[in-house]
Amino acid sequence: MSRTHLIRLTVNRVPRQVEVTPRHMLLDLLRDDLGLTGTKACCLVGECGACTVSLDGRIVNSCLVLAVEADGAEVTTIEGLATDGHLTRLQQAFLDEGAVQCGYCTPGQVMAARDLLAHNPHPTTAEIREGLAGNLCRCSCYAQIIAAVSAAAAEEEK
Amino acid sequence: MQSFGYEHPEWLGQAVDLLRTHRPHARPLAGGTDLVNRLRDGTLRPHVVVDLKGIAELRPGITQADGRLWISATTVLADLVADERMRTHFPALVTAAGVVGPVQIRNRATLAGNICNASPAADTAPPLLVYRAQVIARGPAGTRSIPIDAFFLGPGKTTLARDELVTAIELPVRDRPVQAAFGRLTRRRGADLATVSVCVSVDGTGSTRIGYGAVGPRPLLATDDSGVLADPATDPATRTSLLARLARATSPVSDVRASQEYRRSMLLVLSQRVLRAAVIGEGEG
Ligand SMILES: Cc1cc2nc3c(=O)[nH]c(=O)nc-3n(C[C@H](O)[C@H](O)[C@H](O)COP(=O)(O)OP(=O)(O)OC[C@H]3O[C@@H](n4cnc5c(N)ncnc54)[C@H](O)[C@@H]3O)c2cc1C
Ligand code: FES
Ligand code: FES
Repeated sequence: MSRTHLIRLTVNRVPRQVEVTPRHMLLDLLRDDLGLTGTKACCLVGECGACTVSLDGRIVNSCLVLAVEADGAEVTTIEGLATDGHLTRLQQAFLDEGAVQCGYCTPGQVMAARDLLAHNPHPTTAEIREGLAGNLCRCSCYAQIIAAVSAAAAEEEK
Repeated sequence: MQSFGYEHPEWLGQAVDLLRTHRPHARPLAGGTDLVNRLRDGTLRPHVVVDLKGIAELRPGITQADGRLWISATTVLADLVADERMRTHFPALVTAAGVVGPVQIRNRATLAGNICNASPAADTAPPLLVYRAQVIARGPAGTRSIPIDAFFLGPGKTTLARDELVTAIELPVRDRPVQAAFGRLTRRRGADLATVSVCVSVDGTGSTRIGYGAVGPRPLLATDDSGVLADPATDPATRTSLLARLARATSPVSDVRASQEYRRSMLLVLSQRVLRAAVIGEGEG
């Protein structure tokens, strides 16, 4: 009934091939099969955003996507942002603004903020709140997270 | 999680065959924002999940033909919200679609999935009722067109047979878009399900249509053709008592989001607010 499927996808620009059962989530594939544990597993019902990744250029909750649905897709995770060990401006802004406490929500926050800035390079505070509405922070760093996104946007301008 | 089979048909006919062969143990999968949660918590136990996203005839898209906008079953809410024709002709639906979950959800969730899931609180339902949407369904016997008001039966229940699927939602386009507004109350700002939602349209002939969400076992429609509600000069007391009379069609219950009493009172407040927004053409309630 539930046979396995061989899927091919590109993760952080690297082509991958994985054998999965239908109940295997994209989140599990990233963390367990590919060892990309930057993407976090938290609520597992689409509420918290800790598992946010980019799927074919759009952010999604990877806990709500079956791995088989990602066959042929291009996925970017938090591990795909830095180049040669250099953080992106946005990642650096999170550190500079103290927007990382326990850090569990951070990869999801960064992925969502990156997507927001790609669509809207100069968001207002209200737009940042709306863009990050799907990302909860249990440590409640919201003020610092918003400051980090604003700072990254401002720096982009220079 | 439970195990299940996964099918990824390329053609609509194949999808209908799969649903018929495995009936009633097959489930269509669109964005999965409802279905995957149900698979995980075990409230749905299909043997086979039929992914609609690879079907050629259902490719994402909004097309305009014969005076209608046709929204294919795999079109996600994020694309609906960004569509200029939708924004011009159906702004209240755009407002409603724009408050469904956060971006991550709207990038996956489809309009068709929102109505097939048949939650009484589905945000797109009140505007679809107000805008006279037709649900296009395909099954072994062929294609049929269902007025949206006849589509919803109860919580999680629609008029679809288990081997039927929605291929598109159609909206009639008018030369002059009808004035409409949508509003909802939630427990908190940000992503949350509606405690009460209302959509109101007023047209040039004085006809007013009100769609209610989360105040009954299914989304509901009430209409007033007296012209009283559409007339900005109507005195507030008359308007309020007419709105209260229309709201008798609803039957709110108490749940985690609100008590029955709170819903009943807020329904009237929200109806007034959204009616005002529709009459003065503000778009948003
Ligand atoms: C965090 C979160 C927040 C949410 N917030 C809101 C909100 O604010 N407002 C709101 O209204 N909803 C909300 N939802 C619910 C959900 O996102 C919507 O109902 C969504 O539109 C469902 O669409 P989908 O494509 O994901 O459907 P799926 O999950 O794929 O399917 C839903 C149901 O419909 C059936 N189905 C899907 N497509 C078809 C078809 N074409 N033909 C026949 N049957 C079909 C499936 O079998 C399943 O039973 C939220 C969900 C989450 C997880
Ligand atoms: S773990 Fe996916 S949204 Fe919370
Ligand atoms: S930093 Fe701890 S959850 Fe956000």
